[in-house]
Amino acid sequence: MAQPEKLLYSKEHEWVDIEGDVATVGITDYAQNSLGDIVYVELPRVGKQIEQFGNIGVVESVKAVSDLFTPIGGEVLEINDALEADPAAVNREPYGAGWLFKVKLKDVNEKNNLLPAQDYEKIAHD
Amino acid sequence: MSTTSLRRTALYEEHGKRGARLVPFAGFEMPVQYSSILKEHDAVRHRAGLFDLSHMAQFILDGPNVASWAETLTINAVDSMKPMQARYNIFCNPQGGAHDDTIFYRLAERWMLVVNGANAGKMWAHLNANLAEGVRLENLHGRNALIALQGPKSVEMLQPHVDVDLASVKYYFCVEGNVYGKPAIVARTGYTGEDGFELFVFGEHAPGIWNALLTDHEKDGLEPCGLGARDVLRLEAGMPLYGHELTEEITPVQAGQQWALKTSKPEFIGRNALVEQMERDDYSRIAGLIMKGRAPAREGYPVYFEGKPAGEIRSGSMAPSVNGANIATALVTKAAATIGATLEVEIRGTRHEATVAPLPFYKRPK
Repeated sequence: MAQPEKLLYSKEHEWVDIEGDVATVGITDYAQNSLGDIVYVELPRVGKQIEQFGNIGVVESVKAVSDLFTPIGGEVLEINDALEADPAAVNREPYGAGWLFKVKLKDVNEKNNLLPAQDYEKIAHD
Repeated sequence: MSTTSLRRTALYEEHGKRGARLVPFAGFEMPVQYSSILKEHDAVRHRAGLFDLSHMAQFILDGPNVASWAETLTINAVDSMKPMQARYNIFCNPQGGAHDDTIFYRLAERWMLVVNGANAGKMWAHLNANLAEGVRLENLHGRNALIALQGPKSVEMLQPHVDVDLASVKYYFCVEGNVYGKPAIVARTGYTGEDGFELFVFGEHAPGIWNALLTDHEKDGLEPCGLGARDVLRLEAGMPLYGHELTEEITPVQAGQQWALKTSKPEFIGRNALVEQMERDDYSRIAGLIMKGRAPAREGYPVYFEGKPAGEIRSGSMAPSVNGANIATALVTKAAATIGATLEVEIRGTRHEATVAPLPFYKRPK
């Protein structure tokens, strides 16, 4: 799966879709594939202030627990509740129904610390 | 991690060709999954799966005194085994802790002992340190291969390719025959909770047999499976995994394996300690847990009963064959191990409720 062009990426394999001052966050196709079958996602509660690149939750596959880092800072506006019953959506549609949470941006300049698709592609294929 | 010192099984090349994800396990580069652990699990429960278990060590035991010698080192009976019978058995240390859990196979003229890959070096040393007259040992670890075909379709998939009648091979028995014309010990044993066979073959014949089975039965839903699926399958089936439910510190009695403990045997390593432990009956023991929530319990998580520390998780996984619940084993106090008791598992600082359930979690339909 190619990395969607309109998104920005972190080195920790998360993606961000910024529209105005709201960012939607998920993990990349490379990340979901590396993790394998995802069985549980633990996300920060709505209203929590999170710092860019901070450890804010976990993604668990059948075999392993992996830390989840946020690629962007701000206030958590919404979490994807559907993942509680269907965490495998992250495997099926990492850039769609498998989104994780939305953040109200604290500082839009934080996006300068993220990678465009063509740069992330290099990391994901190493 | 450097992989230069890792060993490879006879099927290493085949795993690469089929896109397996390889991990270091018991000193070998082993497939943890091919396509998906859940897909492979599904194949074994409903059709069949094929496993490379060549990392496990095969020792040949030969000579007139094998049975009487092995009786003194193990908790289960050996001498009463019939020809071509297989039997689960545990070697203990003098304190009763498990040195390894194994399977003895009584063949026509000799015996085979299959030990855990991670314990192969330790067990080879243990057997040699306790060697008796009239017993000869041969170590086939890494030379011979072990291919397991597990699942409800195992008999119909394997039968066309063997020169023995599989219906006549009872559970925990074996035959010596040929698979695709190559010599094999065909044993009706496994570690998945399903019907199935373990094929002990020469390493050089393993790739041919592996590929032929997958090619001939892909249409029937046979899947190559990794150790990830195997771990979920065995946990659902309530089978202990060495290093988790059995260790040098956790005895077979604590692990609920009393059924394999023959205290009628007058003397074997660990006997006194195990008998005393059973009589006192105050020991921490392995309990089955079903989590109430969606967060999986993982090895090492603390467990509480009535607000107080009661033990820790030893294995845990999401369990497709237990309605997708998160299941676990925990080593907990006697009181906490009561069926139906509510325990709490601490997951990243938060306590989550779990119920003590009888083992196994899953039994195959008859």
